[in-house]
Order: sequence, then C-alpha cells, then structure tokens
Amino acid sequence: MEFDTVMMSRLITAMTLTFHIIFATLGVGVPLFISLAEFIGIKKKDKHYELLAKRWARGFVITVAIGVVTGTAIGLQLSLVWPNFMQLAGNVIALPLFMEVFAFFFEAIFLGIYLYTWDRFKGKYTHWLISLPVVLGAGISAVFITTVNSFMNSPAGFTMINGEFTDVSPIGAMLNPSTPVRVAHVLGGSYVTVGAILATIAALALLRKKTATEYHKKALKMTVISVFVFSVLTAVAGDASAKYLAEHQPEKLAAAEWHFETERNADLVLFGWLNDDNEVVGEIRLPGFLSFLAHGSFNAEVIGLEETPEGERPPLWIHYMFDLMVSIGFFLVGISFLYLVLTFFKRWNANNKFMLWLIAASGPLAMLAVEFGWIYAEVGRQPWILRGYMTVDEAATSSPYITHMFFLFLALYIVLGALFVITLRKLFKNNPAAVELEKHYPELNKGDK
Amino acid sequence: MSYELIGISVLWLFLYGYVIIASIDFGAGFFAYYAKATKRDHIINQIISRYLSPVWEVTNVFLVFFFVGIVGFFPTTAYYYGSALLVPASFAIILLAIRGSFYAFENYGSKQSNVYMFLYGATGLLIPASLSVALTLSEGGFITEQDGVVSLNYWELFTSPLAWSIVALAIVSVLFISASFLTFYASRADDKTALDLVRKWALFWATPTIIMALTTMIALSQRNQRHYENMLDLWWVFGLSMGFFVIGMGLLYVGKHYGKAFIAIMLQFFFAFFGYGIAQYPYLLDPFIHIEDSVTNEAMGIALIAAFIGGLLLLVPSLILLMRLFLFNADYAKGKK
Repeated sequence: MEFDTVMMSRLITAMTLTFHIIFATLGVGVPLFISLAEFIGIKKKDKHYELLAKRWARGFVITVAIGVVTGTAIGLQLSLVWPNFMQLAGNVIALPLFMEVFAFFFEAIFLGIYLYTWDRFKGKYTHWLISLPVVLGAGISAVFITTVNSFMNSPAGFTMINGEFTDVSPIGAMLNPSTPVRVAHVLGGSYVTVGAILATIAALALLRKKTATEYHKKALKMTVISVFVFSVLTAVAGDASAKYLAEHQPEKLAAAEWHFETERNADLVLFGWLNDDNEVVGEIRLPGFLSFLAHGSFNAEVIGLEETPEGERPPLWIHYMFDLMVSIGFFLVGISFLYLVLTFFKRWNANNKFMLWLIAASGPLAMLAVEFGWIYAEVGRQPWILRGYMTVDEAATSSPYITHMFFLFLALYIVLGALFVITLRKLFKNNPAAVELEKHYPELNKGDK
Repeated sequence: MSYELIGISVLWLFLYGYVIIASIDFGAGFFAYYAKATKRDHIINQIISRYLSPVWEVTNVFLVFFFVGIVGFFPTTAYYYGSALLVPASFAIILLAIRGSFYAFENYGSKQSNVYMFLYGATGLLIPASLSVALTLSEGGFITEQDGVVSLNYWELFTSPLAWSIVALAIVSVLFISASFLTFYASRADDKTALDLVRKWALFWATPTIIMALTTMIALSQRNQRHYENMLDLWWVFGLSMGFFVIGMGLLYVGKHYGKAFIAIMLQFFFAFFGYGIAQYPYLLDPFIHIEDSVTNEAMGIALIAAFIGGLLLLVPSLILLMRLFLFNADYAKGKK
C-alpha cells in the first residue's frame, strides 16, 4: 500500500464518514422514536412515555451537534478532497445535495422549536405535531444523500459525449437504478439501529439498577418491537439490493460472495478465507443459495468475477464486510423475535438476565452492521468513484497537504468523540430516570416506578 | 435574467444572510468572553444565551447552503476553490466543529468553564478570518494552475495587504453587527443595564468598521484594478450603504428605535456586500472562473432554481414561526417563558 495523495484522500474521507455515519444514523432514527414515545404517552396518558421522549430528546441534541459539524465537514470535503469528481458529477447530481440542505434546514428549525416548547402550548397534540417535520426532515435528508451515493454506483440521467455530460436529467440521475433498493435499505437500517441502541440503553438500565423498572420495561418493549419490524423490512430491502447488484453491478456481488466463475446453481459462500492459490478454504457452503439470493431461483446463472477486467475488480476482503453485516442482521431479527415470543406467553419472563444481555449487545452490533454495510458499499465500488466514468485516482486532489489535514481531522474526531461520551455520561449519570420521575411526576405512586 | 445570474444572486443573498446571522453569533461569543474576563458577565450573558440557544444550528446551514449551491450552479468552482482552499477551509471546518459541538456540550452538559468561554470567543473571530480567505483568493493572483495542478501561493497570500485588510474588516464587522443586534435584543428584553453596555460596544465598533472598509478599498485598487473601477462605477450603491450607516449610528446614538437601527445597519451591509459582489462580475475567480463559462447545464440550472423556490416556500413560514416564538417574543426574551 502506497500512501500517496490518492490513498490519503481516501483515508480522510473514510475517516470522516466512519465517524459521521454514527451520528447520521442516530439523526435519522431518533426523531422517529421520540415522536412515537410522545404520541403513545399522550394517547395512553402515560407519563413514563412522556419522560422517555424528553430524555431521548435531551441526548439527541448532543448527537445532532456532532452530526451537524461532521456533516458540514463531509459536505466541504467533497469539494476539497475530490475537486475533479465534484466538477464532473456536480453537473448531474447537484440537485439532491442542494435539496438535502433544505431538508436539514427544515428539520433544524423544527427541532429548535420542539426542544424549547415542551410546556408552551395548550393542546398536548400541538407539541407532538412539531415532531413530525423533524422526523420527516431527517428521513428525507437520508433519501437525498442516498440518491447521490446511488448515482456513484449506477450513474444515470445523462449521455457522455467527448468527456462531457449532455442531455442531463437531474431527476433521472436521482432516480437511478440503485436508488429504490438503497433508500429502503438505508432508512430501514437506520431505524433498526436506533431502535437497537435505545433498547440497549433500557436493557442496561434494567440489568444494573432496580429503580424505575416500569419505565425501562416500557422503553424496552417499545424499542424491541420496532427492531423486529424494521429488521425484517431491512432484510427484505437487503435482499432486493442483492438482486439489483446481480443485474446491474455483478462485480460487486461477485467480489462480496467470492464467486469467481459464471455458473448456474451457484453456491453461497459464508466466511472462510483464501489460500495462496486464491481458493476458498474453511467456508460454509450453501448449495445453490447464491443463485437464489441473486435471482430468486436456484437454477439461475450468476455472473462471476472473471467477467470483470482485472483492473476493475473490487478488493476481495469486502466478503467479510458483507458476511458480518448479514450475520448481525439475522441476529437482530432473531433476538427481537425471541423477545416477542417470550412477551406473548405471559408466564415466561421476557426480561430475564440472559435476554437482557442479548438485547444489550444488539445496539452496538447494529451500529457495527451499519459501518460494515457502508464499507462494503464504498469499497465494493472500487476502483471507481463514478462507476464506469471516473476512478478515485482521477478524482482526488493533488494537494500535498492532504496528509497534514488527515491528522488534523483525526485529532478533531478524537476530541469530539471523547467529549460526546463525557457529556452524555454527565447528562444522564447524575440524573437517572428514577430521580426525574420523582421530581417531575410525584403523582405517580411508588408502585408504578 | 439568465439562470446563471439568478443562481449567483440567490447564492450571494444566502451568503449575505450567513454574514449577518453568523456575525451575531460569532460576535456574541466574543462579547460573552470579554464580559467574563472583565467581570461583567452577569450583565449580558443571560441575554446572549437566551438568544443563541434556539438558533445555533440554523446558522451553520446558511453556510452549507452557500457552498453546496455554488458547487451546484458552478461546478468549476469545486475544481479551483476546492483544490486551493484545502488547508484554509479545513481549518474553518475544524473551528466550526469546535464551536458548534462545544456549544452543545457546555450548554446541555455542564456549567460554563473558562476554557470553553475562551474557545467560544476565539473561534468567533478566527472563523470569519479563515473564511474571508476565499474572498481574497477570488481577486486573482493567488491561485496558479500548472500541468493540471491547481495550487495556492501561500507566501503571496500571507504577504498581501489585501488579505490582511479583508481579515480585519471581517472581524470588526462581526463585532459591529453583533453589538448592534444585541442592543436591539436587550431593549426588547427591557434589560436596561445590559442595553447600556452593548450600546456602548456598538458605537465603539462602528469607527473601525468604516476605517477597515476604506482600507480594503485601497488595498483592492492595488490588487485588482478592474474590480476596483467597477466599484467606483457603482458609487451610488456604496453611497446608499453609507447613508444607512449614518441613519443606524444616529438612532443608536440618540438611543431610540433600536430595531430600526439594526435594520439600517443590515441594509448598510446589504448594499456594500452587493456592490462588492456586482463589481466582481463577470468573474467568480479572476481570471479562471467566468460566470457564463462555468455555469452548469440548463436542465440542472432550472432544477436548482425550482428546488430553491420550493424550498423557500417551506422555509420562510418555518423561520417566521421560529422567530415569533423566540426572537421577537418579548416574554421569551425577558426570560419569562
């Protein structure tokens, strides 16, 4: 590996996004859960849910702050680090980037109003209504940004003549072939991940302390149900993504599945490793399942990596990223399903220690799955930045200072990450739910807590 | 009007919006620190934090809107400015990141520490300084292109009187705009002691603002004759700017109608900012980026304008709601809500 400006450009972008994606995911998902909790609270006249919404919102502000500043960073870095890419692609894909700013602006305004008006309106639903533009703005932002990334994978909406884009259709570029499946997968994935993280918080609280158990149990139930619903939807969207890849980006699927030769009834390879002769060893092999995954039929033909010119093949290590992402996905479906079954049969205790530990693990794992999936999506596109039109080598800046900037940003993210953890701990450690329930809702009798 | 002109006018308007809103925010940070250092923080910090709390995230969006928009309308700017600004813009990002996130950490996390107040005050002056580099570069002579490699001549930049006078102008303008807004906000909140203090600051920072504006004109005449002469041709625009400055100062001095005084000062900057921008036409970067040559294709230009109009229809009512609830709600400003 050579650390030239191209490599440093890739590393700085990878670093910024690895960090930003955590807060972007939280930013997309948390508003939905705040809104849900407030709604249930009003509907059931249950103060526990109201407090849930308030506490989640309080933590959310901190994540939004980091989301905003790292989002600004990546927005500018697109031009600073990839000037040639933005000059070319800007002609076709500027529209969703531009609209994303509006969506975020909209969200930011209403988030400001939401946070500072808990007790300012007479009707209870008025305040809840303000959460809707926040949920909507967050979701639409994700949609717009995902269309840009989809465009990089499956460019559409223009004709290339003499190295220039003509006949540009901005809407056509946004609605490129991979947009529908990716939008579904990204949105679903964000909601699962946030549900899992909030479930982890509730599970840990139940494992650690014996106070405010009713409050935490309600949080747990609500979030785990959401995890189940969204993880199933995300898995369906993931399956559609695989079928999309088989048709439009066969090299990305082939590299992820270590599927080298075009064949019918192709096996699905899970994990394993490659020996010196590039043969797969130690794998789990599901006969015919790759054909099924790619085309919905065990007998279908799946294009192998051999058909892609050698210089245009993605690196093979993305196999692990793909497998890890999928494994965690199945784990989330399984855990949340198990919890629902236990809850359904009342005589079994759904909140037993073992179950709680499994749920506690699901939040961090879900966030890891987001990172793995994202790395797979990006590295699986290599060597292209705009598949078929421009490689990352051609797109990167030529400035020698990129290395200095890498370390500068590394320091920034370390500081931000550390302060994020410290602030959240301060915010909640000295102010547990039990204390707040006592203080703000003394009317609830002891048994309810 | 051709769509590239609509595009640049809209973007320039947003940049102007950022200049005003961000100046209030940046200056407030500096004043908060200065007040603490001179043990007068109990007088004004209440006012400052009540104003800043609900709007801090809105400020950043104006900037993002501008740079996303300019790359969209004029993709060539990504190539030249993107390549040349790697270092100064990265510094600006880091300062913005420190400022934005520390604000949330401190405000929601714990009590205000001295380190935080210092960083908050310092970044408020350093961010406009680093962002103003882009304006200096646009005058030409700092960016070179050789064998397809665009680079920035740092020596030329750091020894340029124009660069330093733009930096100084940016900083004093920030303090002037911010002080005159806080004067209005303090009067709105009926806070007499805070009003006296911030009004004094507003009157004080007016003089350096005008001096630096004239100094920048002189430095510009030596760097870019064309731009300077275009500005002289637009003398009436700058005359209007000066007129509003006099009105604003008059009202501040008399101590009445602080709201109108602030509007006059906003108009002062509006005319100066647009006069400066129009005089730079037809270049976005002298001599590399010509507005008509660098504009995006027609389909994208029209799509962006349509998106912009749609976006405004959504945002303007939302912004009005935000302002009515917080900025211009006298009870809120007084701390009753």
